[in-house]
Amino acid sequence: MSPLLEVEDLRIAFPSSGATSRPVDGVSFSLSKGELLAVVGESGCGKSLTSLALLRLVPPPGQILPGSAIRLGGTDVLGLNDSELRSIRGRRIGMIFQDPMTSLNPVFTVADQISESVRAHQNVSKRAARARALELLQEVGIPDPVERLDNYPHQMSGGMRQRVMIAIALASEPELLIADEPTTALDVTVQAQILELLDGLRARRGMAVLLITHDLGIVAGRADRVAVMYAGRLVEEAPTAALFARPSHPYTKGLLASVPRITGAVTRLTPIAGTVPPPTAWPAGCRFHPRCPAVLPRCATDDPPALPVGPHHQMRCWLAEAGQA
Amino acid sequence: MSGPLLEVRDLVKHYKATGFLARKAPPVRAVDGVSFSVGKGETLGLVGESGCGKSTVGRTILRLQDATAGSVSFDGSDFLALDSATLRQARRKLQIIFQDPYSSLNPRMTVGDAIAEGIEIHRLAPRAEIAGRVAQLLEEVGLDPGYATRYPHEFSGGQRQRIGIARALAVEPAFIVCDEPVSALDVSVQAQVLNLLADLQARRGISYLFIAHDLAVVRQIAHRVAVMYLGRIVETGPTEEVLAHPAHPYTKALLSAVPVPDPDTQRLRIVLPGDPPSPSNPPSGCAFHPRCPHPAKDARCTTERPLLHQLGGIEVACHHAGADS
Amino acid sequence: MTGSLWRLLSRTVANPSGRLGLLILAVLAAFVLIGPRLLPDPNAMPDLMAGALAPGAGHPFGTDQLNRDILSRVVTGGRISLSISALAVALAVLLGALVGGLAGFYGGWLDGALMRLVDGALAIPRLFLLLLLVAVWEQMPLGALVLVLGGTGWFGTSRIVRGEVLRLREAEFVSAARALGAGPGRIILHHLLPNVAGPLLVAATLGVGDVILLEAGLSFLGVGVRPPTPSWGGMILDARSLLTTAPWASIFPGLAIVVTVLAVNLIGDALRGALDPRSA
Repeated sequence: MSPLLEVEDLRIAFPSSGATSRPVDGVSFSLSKGELLAVVGESGCGKSLTSLALLRLVPPPGQILPGSAIRLGGTDVLGLNDSELRSIRGRRIGMIFQDPMTSLNPVFTVADQISESVRAHQNVSKRAARARALELLQEVGIPDPVERLDNYPHQMSGGMRQRVMIAIALASEPELLIADEPTTALDVTVQAQILELLDGLRARRGMAVLLITHDLGIVAGRADRVAVMYAGRLVEEAPTAALFARPSHPYTKGLLASVPRITGAVTRLTPIAGTVPPPTAWPAGCRFHPRCPAVLPRCATDDPPALPVGPHHQMRCWLAEAGQA
Repeated sequence: MSGPLLEVRDLVKHYKATGFLARKAPPVRAVDGVSFSVGKGETLGLVGESGCGKSTVGRTILRLQDATAGSVSFDGSDFLALDSATLRQARRKLQIIFQDPYSSLNPRMTVGDAIAEGIEIHRLAPRAEIAGRVAQLLEEVGLDPGYATRYPHEFSGGQRQRIGIARALAVEPAFIVCDEPVSALDVSVQAQVLNLLADLQARRGISYLFIAHDLAVVRQIAHRVAVMYLGRIVETGPTEEVLAHPAHPYTKALLSAVPVPDPDTQRLRIVLPGDPPSPSNPPSGCAFHPRCPHPAKDARCTTERPLLHQLGGIEVACHHAGADS
Repeated sequence: MTGSLWRLLSRTVANPSGRLGLLILAVLAAFVLIGPRLLPDPNAMPDLMAGALAPGAGHPFGTDQLNRDILSRVVTGGRISLSISALAVALAVLLGALVGGLAGFYGGWLDGALMRLVDGALAIPRLFLLLLLVAVWEQMPLGALVLVLGGTGWFGTSRIVRGEVLRLREAEFVSAARALGAGPGRIILHHLLPNVAGPLLVAATLGVGDVILLEAGLSFLGVGVRPPTPSWGGMILDARSLLTTAPWASIFPGLAIVVTVLAVNLIGDALRGALDPRSA
């Protein structure tokens, strides 16, 4: 079955005084119908920009460089004109963001905002749109949806606002939902609720989800596949179970070793040495090599391509060749 | 000196509702009768979700906000009752580090000046030696002493947090309130700062009140933990004990919601219904009862507020703790 | 604090429009400081019968109907206008910072009372207020003019300062200073003032442009700087009847006003841009 979303060699450039930086520098992945792919990385790795690029929402002066390809079910997203693009945004691809407080318009009611989304893609009357809004509120599990329809965002808690955002994104039955750190600003109990909701929606609607996060924990229980991002590229990609059972890239291992655990022995954390390089100063060769505990001489000069480590499991690291990571 | 270093008894902080028309509105009961103690060289973790009042506890102890009632016994006297002259002196011993590395440093002050401020206020060193002290402190927190002449905006979040720690250390405190010091940091930086805090405690014997919402982080660093809900402590005890055998239903739910980076972990996820109630309108009796899934929940829970009582190695505030599983 | 002020200024210079504004102002300042020494007496009427002469040899800007050299009058008038404006703005900034700072820092009834006063004053158009005051005081000396201009110009600034102080009061670095044992004096001096200085500087610079225009307006109406002391507004007033016959008599002082206000606004805008910590 051909994948729903294909991204090939995505590069995004940001000209700034003097040098041009490439915060996204050769990202390739694919996503099938109904699948949940999690892209995990720390701040500055380029994951949010990647998700914006899928909708061509990269803020100027950033630009997607030629040679990049984004295909949604066969359609070349980068080649679309404005009106074609509008038919994809919100309709075939929906997006939810991290902070529901600033992503919702404070001066419009929940009903208004959901209806607006409905009517943007379907030619229906206001009343029909409102009815649909009610259905969506029920689907996302908001208690007392009839009353909530006329609430303003500030009258609702963070978790509820996030649900409203999801309702807005679902209004047009998208094939793909991009969730950019959807639970980071929420309490952990509310986080669990939202993740359960996304799981349920995925099962019922067969929707694919691209989940962007820095939290390896929420990934473990939910994602089908995980891709780890560092310095503008995907450094490791594998089915979830494989990634946690056999983390191969030194960065992935480093991340896992620096996360405090709720179970198991409490040992001193081993943080990754050094700091994340800025996009204006990517190291030569393998971008992780200055911080890598297993660095080889060739890592300083040769940039590794994606090499296989196991079934559907690959990483950008020369250790894969040596036969060991 | 025997006994705990710091003892908080029945701390209360109510905020009056603001605004012209709100005079009749009930006060916001941010902290509603909190008691705990911290020993020398010990870390007490204070855990809870947003709105539970944990940050307010930290600030009220330090008199950055005025307590409505209660006492804070430190070094033999009630810190809350000290007059302003004695208070100034006593402030040396109790310090604080903040969550947001971007607003906790004065943007118009050099790093060196910021760290030296405490030394100057308390005249801890003659003018000629101050620069030397600042250099030592910078090294102690893992930063280059040459950074003293730079401004905060030149540093990353993790580095700023270290600067904030150096500032607090400059006055040689015995007790530091750590108000979510790693919540805003990336995973690998978080690990570095946690290790630093642990090392400082081992070397200098400082006690911490470690405020956080992340149970895994608290487990990493705290000897004992107190769980807060809506301004009250619902359970407290040695960290391992509380996490292995939680007695309060809220603690159990909180624990089950913590994401674990291990796909094989099978845990029963307790998803709490609804949203946390508002601190200006707490439920009667036990604050948790509207959301509580405990099978033995009864009328007593709605009328009588449970107090902390001993149950094995921990203290718990629940009428039915121990009456299940 | 001086370090960060230096940074602010160097960033302003780096900005092209800031550079242009500073250049113009520097040239103006040079003219205004050195000019009166090199140029003829602005009130001299060497050849009364010749009347208004077009710009030419001996009189680069021409002369007015009393045969007074316009260049000298523009330059001397500039000295008057610029010093009045600078002093008036300095007064306004001081008053605004004082009132706004007190209101923001102490809050409570003091804040309420002061801000109601400011609200009331802001409701009255400044020009109207000024006219009222000059009408009450005939033949106002220059010093009083400065007081009046400064005294009517601090209301907006006080709001800005109050807002900044309110925001800063809650800033975590202020809490940190309190936790270290800093008293109110230290907090105001080391933590509040340096962070307020930036917006104040911007308000002050832009305020200079306002005052120059106001002073010119008052002089034009005949109630500002009194003749024979030259002032740009006064010169335009005098040249009213010469608009068609000797337009240079009003063009040059008018141009001087425009160029000065432009320069000051360019600098103010560049300063404002330089204040933004993200635009490093």
